Amino acid sequence: MASIDIRVQAEDFDIGVETKKVRAIDGDAGAIVTFSGICRDEGGRLGALELEHYPGMAEIEIGRIAADAAVRWPLSAITIIHRYGRMMPGDNIVLVVTASAHRQAAFEAASFLMDFMKTRAPFWKKEVLSDKSQPSRWVSARHEDDHAERRWRR
Amino acid sequence: MKLVYFAWVRERIGRNEEELELPGNLSTVGDLVEWLKGRGPEYAFALEEPRAIRIAVDKVHAGAETSLSGVREVALFPPMTGG
Repeated sequence: MASIDIRVQAEDFDIGVETKKVRAIDGDAGAIVTFSGICRDEGGRLGALELEHYPGMAEIEIGRIAADAAVRWPLSAITIIHRYGRMMPGDNIVLVVTASAHRQAAFEAASFLMDFMKTRAPFWKKEVLSDKSQPSRWVSARHEDDHAERRWRR
Repeated sequence: MKLVYFAWVRERIGRNEEELELPGNLSTVGDLVEWLKGRGPEYAFALEEPRAIRIAVDKVHAGAETSLSGVREVALFPPMTGG
């Protein structure tokens, strides 16, 4: 069974440190996939992102998604870190690390985890625009994200 | 019962959370949302489009048909945009 590490935090994370931790758990992992989601500036339009979350439920729901992945793929470790608070362009927002004996399981599980995090984890993004005369606005959910989630249903 | 709100639902209602005494005739989460809409213009505005509202019951995703029996906390929020 996979060793699962879920963190919801304001602080930044270090991809190298998190990868090392996973390697310490599974010294024989043949494949480690890391995905980092990073705040863009959208061609200078975006000044910052405010990430709101539902404390308690965020951890529970991400844990549920990770447990699903651990059942579907032969993973030795899953790390998921999701930040909240104010992000500036270039800042890390989310990290997924998956470890397995072979690459296919690690790639697929990381993709599955991100697709479900987008649609099921209780986080909401608000855009603060570079043009300070414009009001901040909530990001709308994307239909593409629903489609991406649905392809995993069976 | 504790009600908690997030993102633009929170902003429109004008509070993060509140403790409410519910009338006895509410049996499902859908009944609760309908009842809340009658509590004032800010609630009606926040909940005007039921399809845009997501619900969690005791921190688990739920639907309008979910029973309120034994429930401590209901959360109302827009579709999620994390990741």
